[in-house]
This record gives sequence, C-alpha cells and structure tokens, in this order.
Amino acid sequence: MIGSPDVVAFTKEDEFGQNNPDPWSIPEEFSIPLHPLADSNPWAKTSYAKFTKDFILISEFSEQVGPQPLLTIPDDPKVCGTFDLNYFSLRIMSVDYQASFVGHPPGSGYPRLSFVEDSRVVLGDSKEGAFAYIHHLTLYDLEARGFVRPFCMAYVSADERKIMLQFQELSLRFSQASECLKAGNRRAFAKELQRKLQDLEYTHSVLQREEGLQREAGPQCMYSAHAVEKANELANVEKSIYEHRDLLRQISCYHCRPRRDPHAVTCQKCMTQCLSECEALLDKYAKLANPFSYTDKGRKREDVQSPTDDGGGGKGAEEDEDEGIKRRSSYTPQLIKARSAKCFDKRLKTLQELCDEPFYEATMELLKETERSFRGDLCYLHTRRMDKALRRRQRITNFLFEEDLGDEDEDEGGMLRPFCAVNHDLDNYTILNPPPIVLGPEPVELDPLEPPDPLDPASETSHTQESELVLEEGNLDSSPSDQTLETQESSEETKGSFSSDKSGTGLAEKQQSLASVRSELPDPDSDLTPDADHNTDLERESSSEDMDITAGEDEGDNGGDQTPVSLLEVVSELEASMEDNCERRSGIESDLLVPIDTACCMAQEGFLYEASAPEAASHLDQSSHHQSSQTLVVNQEPQSLLPLQNDYAVGSLCSESPAAGLELPVGLLGDAVSRTTAEDGSDYTMSASTGSDRAASPLGYGGVVTLRQRKRAGHVALRFVRQYPFAIQALWCLLSGRTLVVLGADEGRVRRLVAALALFVPGPGKCGERVQAWLSCPFTLTDLKRWKLIGLQRVASPVGSSMLYSLSRYSRYISILDADQKTLRCPPYRGQLLANIADHRTYIRRGSTYFLHVQSTLCRLAAKAFLFTFTHHLHLPVSSTEGPEVVEGRRRCFLQEQLGLGEEDSQILLYLSQLVTQQYLQPPAGNSAVAPCFSFNYTTSVLYKI
Amino acid sequence: KTDWALGGCGGHKSPVLCIGEEQPKNCFTELQVLKGHFDIVRFLVQIDDFRCASAGDDGLVLVWNVETGERLQELRGHSQQITAITTFTCSNGLMSHTSLITASSDRSLSLWDPDTGNRVQTISDLQSSVKCLLVLERLCVWFSGGEELCVWDRDFQLQCHRQNHSDTGITALIELPKNCIAAAMDKEISKRKILMRQGCLILTICVIQLLFPAMSFSDGLFASGSHAGELIIWDAIDWNILAYEHILWEESQTCAQAEIRLAAPKPSEMSIQHLTTNGKLILAAVGSGLYVYSILTKTVVAYRKVAHDSNVLHTMLLSDSELMSCSEDGSVRMWEIQELPLTAEPASPGFFGMWTFGRPNKQTGPPTKKVVDVPNIRTLELTGDLIGHSGAVQMFASFKENGLVTCSTDHLLILWKNGARQSCLRSLALFQKLEENGGL
Repeated sequence: MIGSPDVVAFTKEDEFGQNNPDPWSIPEEFSIPLHPLADSNPWAKTSYAKFTKDFILISEFSEQVGPQPLLTIPDDPKVCGTFDLNYFSLRIMSVDYQASFVGHPPGSGYPRLSFVEDSRVVLGDSKEGAFAYIHHLTLYDLEARGFVRPFCMAYVSADERKIMLQFQELSLRFSQASECLKAGNRRAFAKELQRKLQDLEYTHSVLQREEGLQREAGPQCMYSAHAVEKANELANVEKSIYEHRDLLRQISCYHCRPRRDPHAVTCQKCMTQCLSECEALLDKYAKLANPFSYTDKGRKREDVQSPTDDGGGGKGAEEDEDEGIKRRSSYTPQLIKARSAKCFDKRLKTLQELCDEPFYEATMELLKETERSFRGDLCYLHTRRMDKALRRRQRITNFLFEEDLGDEDEDEGGMLRPFCAVNHDLDNYTILNPPPIVLGPEPVELDPLEPPDPLDPASETSHTQESELVLEEGNLDSSPSDQTLETQESSEETKGSFSSDKSGTGLAEKQQSLASVRSELPDPDSDLTPDADHNTDLERESSSEDMDITAGEDEGDNGGDQTPVSLLEVVSELEASMEDNCERRSGIESDLLVPIDTACCMAQEGFLYEASAPEAASHLDQSSHHQSSQTLVVNQEPQSLLPLQNDYAVGSLCSESPAAGLELPVGLLGDAVSRTTAEDGSDYTMSASTGSDRAASPLGYGGVVTLRQRKRAGHVALRFVRQYPFAIQALWCLLSGRTLVVLGADEGRVRRLVAALALFVPGPGKCGERVQAWLSCPFTLTDLKRWKLIGLQRVASPVGSSMLYSLSRYSRYISILDADQKTLRCPPYRGQLLANIADHRTYIRRGSTYFLHVQSTLCRLAAKAFLFTFTHHLHLPVSSTEGPEVVEGRRRCFLQEQLGLGEEDSQILLYLSQLVTQQYLQPPAGNSAVAPCFSFNYTTSVLYKI
Repeated sequence: KTDWALGGCGGHKSPVLCIGEEQPKNCFTELQVLKGHFDIVRFLVQIDDFRCASAGDDGLVLVWNVETGERLQELRGHSQQITAITTFTCSNGLMSHTSLITASSDRSLSLWDPDTGNRVQTISDLQSSVKCLLVLERLCVWFSGGEELCVWDRDFQLQCHRQNHSDTGITALIELPKNCIAAAMDKEISKRKILMRQGCLILTICVIQLLFPAMSFSDGLFASGSHAGELIIWDAIDWNILAYEHILWEESQTCAQAEIRLAAPKPSEMSIQHLTTNGKLILAAVGSGLYVYSILTKTVVAYRKVAHDSNVLHTMLLSDSELMSCSEDGSVRMWEIQELPLTAEPASPGFFGMWTFGRPNKQTGPPTKKVVDVPNIRTLELTGDLIGHSGAVQMFASFKENGLVTCSTDHLLILWKNGARQSCLRSLALFQKLEENGGL
C-alpha cells in the first residue's frame, strides 16, 4: 500500500503566488479552456466525487479495529455524502511515512517513547474522485501499544490542483494544528502518568503491608504459593513504578530534542509551561521512591498539596478537618492489578480524551478555520487572495466601504512566527498553577457514613454533589485567578448556592431558558425570504417572525449545542459513577477487582461511533446511557470507565453548554462571526435558521460578514430602492454624512430598513458601531455624533413626545425616514451620482447583483475621495500669494469640471474626504481624549412622500 | 393620526422668530461635544488664545484646548459648587503668567496654575462664600465680594475687609477710574476708593433705587441694570446719572387687555439679566429680549422684544453690528443690527414708556426722554442659531476664528467651529503627516 501509485508527487508551480508578476494578465482560472472536457460542464468538476465540498477528516489507526474515521470538519454528514469514510481512512492511514518504532530499543531496560515527526503526503484516489493532503501524527497514550496512537488529519478535496497549489499553506496550517494537538496530548499524557504512578504507589504500599503482615504471621507462610505470588507482584509493581517514572522523564524532555520538521513551530510559552510542569512532577515522584505506608504518604501529600494545588482550599480545609480533607483529596489512588489488561479488553481513549481540553478545542478551532479559509474552488480562492492583497494596499480608504479584512490576514502576514492557538490569557492559571489532580476526573466521594441507596440512582445527594462537581470545575475553568483565597471562597459560595437549590433539572431548566432567551432575541433580518411580502402586511409579518423564532429554536437544539443531550449524559453518568463508587468501595474491601465485563466495550463502541457521526451518535449515546443506567451492571470495571466518563461529561458541559457561550464577552465577536459563517457555509441549513445567531451581531460591514448576509442586505436594499422613489435622497443623506433616523413603530421593519441602509454608511466601524439598529429612548446630540444611522422607535407616550421633541429640536442635523408613513424629510438632492444605484426602476432583480453593483459604485466613490483628499493643491495654496478663495475656487473647479459633480454630489465627496482625512490623522493608538468632530451644514429640508 | 411638527419652529407656542434651517451667514458648521463635568456648567473664562476654563456646580474646573477640544487639566479641590471664577495675570517683566482664581460655596478661594493643574494658594474658612471676584491687574490686587468685601494681594494676603449690611451681599464688582471700584449690593451701588498706601478704603455710597446685578463699564461712565428693567448710565467720577431708560413692554399696545392682566409681566421678564458693552453700544438682555442702547445718542438703537423663548442669560457684542446671545431655551443666537427697511415693522412710539415710581429714596428723577425718532431705530435680525444643548446655555466664550465655547446645564460644553476652516486645517495636518511619513 505504501507504494501506492496514487500518491502524488508534490510540485510547486512557480508562477502562482501572492506577487503576480503581471497584474493585468488574467489568471489561468479565468481563461476559457480551448478543449472542453468530456463531461462538458466545466463547473461540475466535482460531479464524480461522492462528496459535495471539501472537508477535513481525522482518522486513526486503531490497534483494535484498524483504520477508522473519527470526525469530519464541518461536522455534517451531508458534506461527505455517500463517500466511504471508512475506506478512505484505510487509504490515508496506509501511507503513513512516520518513521516510528515501538517497544524496547536494545540496551535500555525501560520502554521508550518514540518521538516522531509528522509526515505530510498528498494522496489521490482517482476512483473515488478524491484527493487529500494528509498529515500524519502520533499521540501518546499510556494504555496503547508502544504508548503511541497514530492519527492523521486529511484535507479532502475533489480538486487535485487545489491541493497541490495550496500545499504549502495546507501544510503550515495542519502543522500548527498538529503541534497544538500534540502539546495538549503531552500534557494529558503527563497527567495520566501521574495518576498511574499514584495508583502504583498505593498498590505498592498495600502489597508491602500485606507482606509485612504475612511475615509477622510466621515463617510457615513465608514460602507458600500465595506469598511468592505476592512477592512477585510487589516486584512487578516496583518495576512498573520505575518504568513509569522513566516515561515521565522522557515526556518531559520532549522539547529538548532537535526538530527536523521546519513547520514544527511550537509556542514557547506552552513549551516552557509544559516543561516546568513535568519537572515538578518528576521531582515529586523522585521523592516517593522510599516505600512507606500509604496512610503516612497520604497524610503527607495532603499537607503538601493542599496549599499549592488546591489554591485557597487549604484554609477552609483546616477548619473542617476530616470532611474537608476527604472532599478535597483530589484523587484517590486505586489498586492496580498486576497483569494489566491487554489490547482488546479495554477501551481506548478518544481523541478528545487524549488531549488537554483547551488544546483540543484550539486545535479544532484551527482546523475549522482552515476548512473555512479553503472553501470554494481554486478560482475563488485565487480571486479572494488577490482581492485581499489589493485591499491591503488600500488601507487608507478601506474603512469606508470595504468589510474589515479581519485578523486572518494577520495570520497570513505573520505566518511563520511561532504560533499558539491556545489562548494563554484564558487558561493561564491552569498552566501556571497546575492542579492536574484537581482537574482530573475524580468523582466526588460520597459520605461513607451515609451510603446512598444503590436502587435509587436519582437520589438527591448524588445529584447535587455531581452538579456541584461540574460547577466547581466550571468555576475553576472560568475564574482566571483563583490562586487567591478570596476568589476561591467566592466561587465556593456560588457553588454552594447552586448545589443547594439547583439540582440537575434546575440546571436543565436554566439552560433551556437561556437557550430560549437567546433564540427570542430580536432578529434584524429574519424574514428575508423572498416570499414574505411584509411591507404592508403587519400580521403576516409577525406570524412569519414567529415561525422564524421557532425555527431558530429547533435549529439551536439539534444543530449546534445539543444541550439536552449533554444534560442527559450528565444525569446518566451521575448514576453510572455513583454505581461505580459503591462498587469500588466493595472492590477495595474485597481487595480484588471484578473481572472485566463486556459492557465497557459496548460503551467504547458507542463513543467511537459518536466521534465519527455525531448527529446520530447523540441519540445513540443517549440510548446507550439509558441502557447502562437501566441494566446497572454491578461488575463493571471502574478504572477504565469511570475517569473517561467524567472527563467526557465535564468536557461536554464546558464546551457545549449555551450558557458558557453566552458568558463569552461580546468582544469575542470573531467567534460569533465565525460561528455564523460555519453555519452559513452549509447550504442545507434553513434560511431562517441562523437568525438567532445573527441577532447578536451588529449590522454594517463589520457585522455583515458572509456572502449570504451580504446578499440579504443587498436584497433588502434593492427592495428599498425599488419601493421608495425617494431612496436616492436617503442614500445621499447617508453618503453625505447626514444622520438618517429611521422612525417606525414596528421594530422588525425598522431593523430591516436599517440593515439594508447600513450598506451605505461610510466608515461604519469595525463592528458597525456607527449604526444603531433600534433605539427606544430620546437621543441626544452625542448620539447624533456617534451614529450615522439610527432606528428609532415611535411610541405614543410621554417618552414618545420627548423623543419627538428631540427629533424636531435636532431636525437640522438629521434626516428622518418615516417607515410607517413612508415619508422622508431631508434636504433636496438633485445630483446624478447616485442615480445608478438608487434607480427605482432598476432592472437588477437579485440582491447579490445589486450588492455588487453598489459595491462597485461605492468603490469608485472611495477612489475619488482618495484622489481628492490627497491632491495637495485642492486644499492648500500653491504659492504664498494665493488666498483661500483661490484654493476654494480650484477645489470647486476640480469637483465640478474634472469629476463632474454637482453641488450635492460634491458634498458626498467632501464628507468622504473628511472621513479619510480623519482616519489618516488619527493617532495609531486611537486613545486620545479628543472628542470627534461632528460636521453639518445649514440647509433646508423638504418632505418627500411616496 | 397627528404627527409631530417637523418644521423646526412650527410647534412653538410663542411667536419667536424662526430662522429655519437655511443659515448662510452661520459659519459654525462643526461642533465638538466636550464632556467632563458632572453638573451644571456655569462659568467659562478665557485663559489665552487657545485655552479656556469651565467651572460649575460639581466644583470642578476643567481647562480645555479650544483648538483641539482636548481636556488639558482637571482642577480638583473644591468640594462644592463654584460661585465665581476669574483669571489673574501676573506679568513680571518679560513673562506674563495667567492663573485662575476660583471661589466656591465651600467658603474657600483658590489660586490655580492652569499649566500644571496645581493649586497654588488656598484660603478656606471664609466667613461667607464669595459671589464675585474682581482683579485689578495694574495694582496687583483683587477683590472678593460676598457678604463682606475683601481685598487681597497677589500672595493671597488679606489687605482689608469690610462687612456689609445688606442681606444679599455684593453681587457684582466693577472697576472705576481713579482707583475706585463699584459694588452692587442689593438695591444700591457702593463706590469704594482704594488708597493703597493707607491700605484701607474710602467709600462713597450713592443710593439708587432697585438696582440689580449686571453692570458694565465704559470710559468714564458705567451702566447699571436693575431688576425692574431700569438701565442707568452713570458718570463714574462725579457719580451722576447721565441717562435713564426704563425698558418695559408696551402693555397698552396689545389688543386684549384682560389677557394682559392675567399675563402681567413677571419680574424676570423685565429684569435686566445681563449687560455688556463695547464702548459705543450697550447690550442689555431684558427677560427674553435684547436691547441695544447707544451711549452716544442715549437711545435704544435696536431691540428685539422676544429674542429667545426664555430668559437670556448671557450676551456679547461681537462687533458694532453683530451680537450674540444665549438663553435658557438652550440655543445661542447670532444677531445683526440692520437698518430697518422703511415700514417693514410698524414702529411703536412710546414703547419705552416713561415710568416714574416716585420712590422716596430716589435722588434724581430719571431724565425723561421719549423715543420719538422712530426712523432711527434699526432692527436686530437673526442671522443664525446654534442648537445643540439640551439644557439652558449658561454662558459662552468666543475665541474669534478658533470658535465658540458654550456651556450649559446639561453638563456639557460644546465647541462650535467654522467647518471650512477646520477642514482646511485638517488638510494642512494631513499633508504635514504625509511629508513626515514620506508618502503613503
């Protein structure tokens, strides 16, 4: 298989790249092919592929079942269509060129970790019509054979050229993702080793004690078969301790070795943190070499740990001695059977469990970003890149009408700098003050005095305690500084309040309500579906909005965040873990572990299946959990199942609960935006489905990110233009800097109008901060200065009258578009400049066409404004003898004769020029105490009617 | 469904003239809102060509750069509202340095350095709060007037003080020739002579009925305005009344007598709120009206009975023909004294009627003079108005071409500028920066 002929040689085409030698030559993608292909449709290049669009596939070579697909990005089964992921996984895993070796190298007594570099390969499957960039990597897993688990990430496309031409960037991006994943994996591995070492030491101490007892019992027992077995076991455990300690050492010196991979840029911060963490662990376990009894050790470690690991927990722990210690003893070592379970009788960890949570998420984010940035065919990518390159040169006027370039460009700019996807600010505390055991999946110990009834799995105590655990971990995750005592205490307070009254169902209710609140947020352009003719019909409008809301809810439920499912998981896992608790105690008492049941294998299958096909998995997962909770097998192996489940539960809650999403600061707009794009990219989603997400995002170019949103905005704008004969005046007001107030009683209509008109606001700001979609209080002069487009609620109340007063008071500064009575009050406009974008008899019928048309017109305007602004003699005297009148005359002459602009059209250009000037003069920091200027002129307004 | 009036002035109750939105003579086409105060801003003083200080009820004094709108200094120290503020320029040879003196309701006086924001001197625990300040720069002394009149030197040393007898205390202080000052107290004007050598005051009291706050000073003359609408021109040296004008509404001219009875003029409607002069003309703000009085001819040359919707709070004569006023209605209006087109406005003879009240303590009867020469009266034409504040505009300060600063009860200051000039300045800055950057 390795010599598969389909492995494609990578050749770089030199003529492709950012710096096009001849800017005027048409890219090859645009040129018409001389000899059309056999299946003559040039656009149906992907027709023979069984998937509809490019995707990223992550596969693993499982030591149990062989190559298997784990997940795809985007996470939508429709993307792959009928494409056989299992078969393709086999193909891509079979071209693994990582030079790996497993096991004991000669000369060393301990098992060695193999450090392998990633390998990159391009593979084509002509039969399937699939081509893939494949990135192989290896993760460490203590339970895996040779401690390694081979994985691969593949970018699958139907277009070979696309992959070949984008190879460098693909390689770079996947390397970043891989490094991130591997860094997280090393941390997880170290944690696991630590846990294992604890177990081993505990086992060791127990065995020692038993041996001592035997020795005391008398010499006759000394040579019994039982005693020999015990001694052997002890020796085995000791050997195992040494081996694991050595592994820990190896993983900690991972960074020291030289890297051959040029793309392997690792974040220095992550590296040092990981290093120091590992060293700390090494130090700790170097001390524990002497055998001593577990109780002493436990006490001692408790003392050592509680101030450091537990943060502020120590103080409280001293007060309520026993109980506190009991509760805070973060990890209870378990007895380990001498013969560890082999290959098929255990469940392997999933990819998510193999990697530290923040790292895993960062990796997924990187991959999603990668998928997003490679969307579209080569031609599209090419034009977009050129477009960006050109726009980057026009930074001075870009802010006027272009959408924000976003920070992905900065990534492109600083491609090769050390990159870390993990946000260090967020998880600073976990890394600086590593409490791996605290964070580790540890069930809360039940009070031994009150053993809960095993027949009543939903007993109140377990619920509260479990939710407490979850919340506690959530707190730990979210609070950036809980090294201090105070915050720790406060988080405990909140925790207490939650655990007292919020049981699992309460939590569920809360999340549900949050979700519903989110979906009920007003939607700026919810019913943009072309059939909804809501201009006159209020009733239909409202009903359609209702429909939208419900649709949004549905979508929110089964699309993104699977809230109910994860909650169910929590509940069922509570039961399972509680079950495990009882049973483990019994196991400890009997000092023997129960033989392994096949139930864990079933669970494993469920998990793996879920990873590959998440949508179906949610149900299956649910059902399997139900099953497990129903059957309640007593003899399950606790070690393998328990930590995994908890890990999973916590992880899923943290990552997927909508509450967590809502708690994100608004500043993380990019996140919201990226989410909408992710949804928008799948063509199958309902048109109204993204409404709930969009509601939060502001309008204007900053908010209108995706093509679809732009199309919609263009559609509404087009309808506005076609419907209102005075649209041209309204557009002129916006473009000449006169604040336009859209007044109306109906919020939906006003918001839609504002959304459409926001296209024409020059310099709307990064997040559209110069547009206020809906205002229901009287505005002041400061507001007028800040916003250029305001949606104002018309209310019949004292508030309304004061609002009207402010309207009439500031009427000289504003134009008023009355959405209810369909009037516009603004200065008269007689120019010709806007006639072609505001022609209400326009032949343009499609929103996207109109949008592009508007874009080109505005682009031309921006160019003129640039020229005008930076032409010296139009603003300043050429010689000292010239007075201001001469300059003024020259300026007017330029505007009128060279640009052919009338009086009102000149105002547009003057305003744009003023914006450009201000933008150029703005101090780079942007943090000045100077208030912005607000310019206006005194002209009479007239009232336009329909 | 009745909608609100969009016509700007259509909804107003009073027949105040409305200029509309077309104001070709109004050059203030750009504004900057200056935020910083937390309460009513009452005072504005000009420090130099580009700086001004604002003070108000929040006890803060803020120093602003008028060119950029930047807040330069924040002078904190007074715990209560500021009652008076003035500049104090000390020139020692080459350099002249301007400081600020503030008085507050917390009964303290402070001297500030507006360059550094330091509080240079403080006097606290005064017996009463100071209501007005007067600086005589040529003598390097300054006065504080309240319930007592105090004289201070430049080092904040009390030179002398004098208790007052009146209830309201001194409300205004002006400088007179021959080292005299005049203080307006309740219903009288007191004139105090300063004899620096002796370090005490010789004062002459001249009692005039119904005198009220505002006064102004011109060459050898000064004027006082009263609560009842009396405008009196005084000879500053021999303390004689040179002219007396009693400004009152022509109640007899209006048609419906009954309504007049009901709507009898409230005191504030005819009290002289503010007086200002440029040596030739006296501009008096009477209620919500404006009167321009010529000192030379001793007649009212132009007037506008209802110039604002509400009381005029501050006025200024920009030139011989241009003036500006601000009012409680939140607007600033610019006026031009224009020749009256013949019979454009029916003149009302006897508009400034003679009113003698026969008060016993009145020394001399006001010189009776009827405004008979109707053709001489010119009109005040509104050339522009500035609308921006949402509360009463307390005061304004003009910086010539640099703009105009207004302060208001809505806690804001607004800097009004000539948009064309600003745009030109910005272009200049743009090309300078372009040159510094070496191109785009």
